[in-house]
Amino acid sequence: MDVLSLFPAWLLEHGAAFAIVLPLLMGAITAILPSRTLAWWTAFIVTLVVTVTSFGLVLNMLSEGATIYSMGGWDPPHGISLVVDALSAPVLLLISAMAVLTVVYGMPATVAEVEPKKRAPFYAAFLICFAGLMGMVVTGDAFNVFVFLEVSSISTYALVAMGSARDRRALTASYNYLIMGSIGATFFVIGLGFLYMETGTLNMADMARILADLDGGSRVAKVAFGFIIVGLGLKLAMFPLHTWLPGAYAYAPSMMTIFLASTATKAALYLLLRFSFTIFDPSFDYVGVLMKYLLVGVGIVGMIFASLQAIFQTDVRRTLAFSSVAQVGYMLLGVGLATAAGLAAGYLHLLNHAIIKGGLFLALGAFWYRFGITRIDDFEGLSKTMPLTMAAFTVSALSLIGVPFTAGFVSKVNLATAAADKGWWWAVGVIVVTSVLAIIYMGRILLLAYFGDAPEIDGEKAKRNEAPLMMLVPMWVLAIMSIAIGSNIFNLGDNFVGAAEAAARLLLGGGA
Amino acid sequence: MSIIFEQYNYAIVIILMMTGLYVVFASRNLIKKLVGLSIFQTSVFLLYITIGKVSGGQPPIIVESHGADHASLEPVLVAAANAKDAVAHAASKSDVLYSNPLPHVLILTAIVVGVATLAIGLALVVRIRETYGTIEEDEIEALDYQYNLEGTAD
Amino acid sequence: MSNPEQQSPDNMQDPHLILRIISKFLIPFIALFAFYVQFHGDFGPGGGFQAGVILAASVILYALIFGLDAAKKAFPPSWIRIGMTIGVLLYGGTGVLAWILGGEFLNYSVLAHDAAHGQHYGILAIELGVLTTVATVMVAIFYAFGSRQPDLQNEDW
Repeated sequence: MDVLSLFPAWLLEHGAAFAIVLPLLMGAITAILPSRTLAWWTAFIVTLVVTVTSFGLVLNMLSEGATIYSMGGWDPPHGISLVVDALSAPVLLLISAMAVLTVVYGMPATVAEVEPKKRAPFYAAFLICFAGLMGMVVTGDAFNVFVFLEVSSISTYALVAMGSARDRRALTASYNYLIMGSIGATFFVIGLGFLYMETGTLNMADMARILADLDGGSRVAKVAFGFIIVGLGLKLAMFPLHTWLPGAYAYAPSMMTIFLASTATKAALYLLLRFSFTIFDPSFDYVGVLMKYLLVGVGIVGMIFASLQAIFQTDVRRTLAFSSVAQVGYMLLGVGLATAAGLAAGYLHLLNHAIIKGGLFLALGAFWYRFGITRIDDFEGLSKTMPLTMAAFTVSALSLIGVPFTAGFVSKVNLATAAADKGWWWAVGVIVVTSVLAIIYMGRILLLAYFGDAPEIDGEKAKRNEAPLMMLVPMWVLAIMSIAIGSNIFNLGDNFVGAAEAAARLLLGGGA
Repeated sequence: MSIIFEQYNYAIVIILMMTGLYVVFASRNLIKKLVGLSIFQTSVFLLYITIGKVSGGQPPIIVESHGADHASLEPVLVAAANAKDAVAHAASKSDVLYSNPLPHVLILTAIVVGVATLAIGLALVVRIRETYGTIEEDEIEALDYQYNLEGTAD
Repeated sequence: MSNPEQQSPDNMQDPHLILRIISKFLIPFIALFAFYVQFHGDFGPGGGFQAGVILAASVILYALIFGLDAAKKAFPPSWIRIGMTIGVLLYGGTGVLAWILGGEFLNYSVLAHDAAHGQHYGILAIELGVLTTVATVMVAIFYAFGSRQPDLQNEDW
């Protein structure tokens, strides 16, 4: 049966705009809804509808090729265009699917973590953040990227600060994120200004064409590229610019941590790919040099240092946050290789890591929900008290390490092969070493959970107390996804690898 | 030396930019950091506005017709029908040299973003002050350190 | 908190008499100017952002002169959330209407029988949405920070 024919033609034609407009408008309505349950249902239905739309867009992209939507009927290059192509469509689907899972999880979690009065605004800010992320990915206009970047960032600052009901350090974490994030966004917009000076256009495809005609452009274009990379580097937590990330992940409400970890940095990384390959081009000497030495350099250093830092954390959320910084290093290594295989591996790791980290933070949120656990010492005996949650956590943890038949294995092997193809054997070595470090920092959590005794509460052994169903379902969806990608069940692994290779072909094909 | 006088706008932008960035990193007071951030963002507004200026250009308002008649809407109408030729059409229709309005529009958006960021930042500082009783970063760190020690003690 | 008798402009002891009377004259004109900037935005410089800020400035001036409580009576905080939402919905609703009438999102040309009128109506509706949201958000920010500390007493000046 042809799945594509099930979608209404209107949705496929206008889907790119619909996927941004719906959450944005419903976010505004959600802000004045009187009841928390109503707000939850709105958020759930909106994210679900957007996911279906994104799925339709992906199928449409596969059968018809890239589509360009002109906002307001103004054709590019003068109007704002929305581009759905092999690079943006999978990320759209990823973000919206993760949004649905986090909203499902959020039903019990927000009750425990967010003050009753703030729950409807919480969902409103969540929907607006979601709209901003979707917009960042789908837009084909460079300045529009900045606007959506800030839409999602500003709502994220507010959402992180809402964790203050649980831990007051959320306020300072959010403040630091705000300062770093704003500096990043301002650097990005300075870069855009220079790029506009050089090309006189804001449309990405038009920029790419003009820059190619100018053969990379003058010094203005070089400065622009530098500013854009630093700005996006702050947003995607590139190694020395990652200092906002552990605090924001550790103290935000757990629903927000899951969403941030699996989407926000990924969208920024997508923009890095978009800017450095389809607007600028690695064939310009300055872009090539910067990618080879800077991106690979900070990627490698970040992988090692962040993994080491992860080992010495006592708070599980901070361990996972530093592990995220390390994983960004893998993706940057893939990008820096600038070969088809390397890019495909980096892009695949982007998708896989969202699924893996989402699963880990979901399980972590459930542990907190039942037992208030945030520190590694408290993991003792968790496999006896919360076996199903712990099993899901274990699957995702193994996937993070890169055990065969899991998603992490597929992307790490692809990345290592790509590095070896280019003759970078030292990079393969670093991948192996950091995987061993991952075994250490995840392994000590798993050891405590499986071989420790259940703790005693008020003199008697803690009883089995499983997480609620609304938490278990998203957690297991992601855990099963992770296995399915690794073992190629339902051809899921092949589809993911295929999507990554298509994205890499688009990136290296030149032009948008 | 002449490059500084001819392109003094960039000199101003760079001085403001560096001042703002320095204030953000050097001060340990949360409000002062936000002040620095605002100066930093303002320098970018200036950068954009100065690149929109065309030497000898008019403000970008259509001069020949003004009022209720449809003539003033004609470029818009043409643009709506076929955006590709609109710019060429508007340019050929009048011999007035206009400054580039696009950077102004962009920066209007950026100003709104800046206001929103500043509002959220100040709101956070108010909450931090209510929770910690101080807005000095050193004191907050000391309080959190204390809090951590007590947190692990029980 | 200052009591109403003390705040009344009839009281000759009031040290802010001139301020109050002048601003009573000015505030309607500031609000009117906001609408001029709003509706003149089609033909000259202006538009929803500027108009919204000017409108909000009139409320903020009122609050500065007559106190936050009086301002909250004139412009109740309950309007704020509703105003923000209505503004966004006006903006989005115009886009959705364009969708329903068969155009792209925010394609104003389909809103009326000919494209020029459509563009005109479209931009008016959009800018009204912007005005509503910007004005209410500005007042919201002012109220949020203004309510945190006790009002200034007369002696503090």
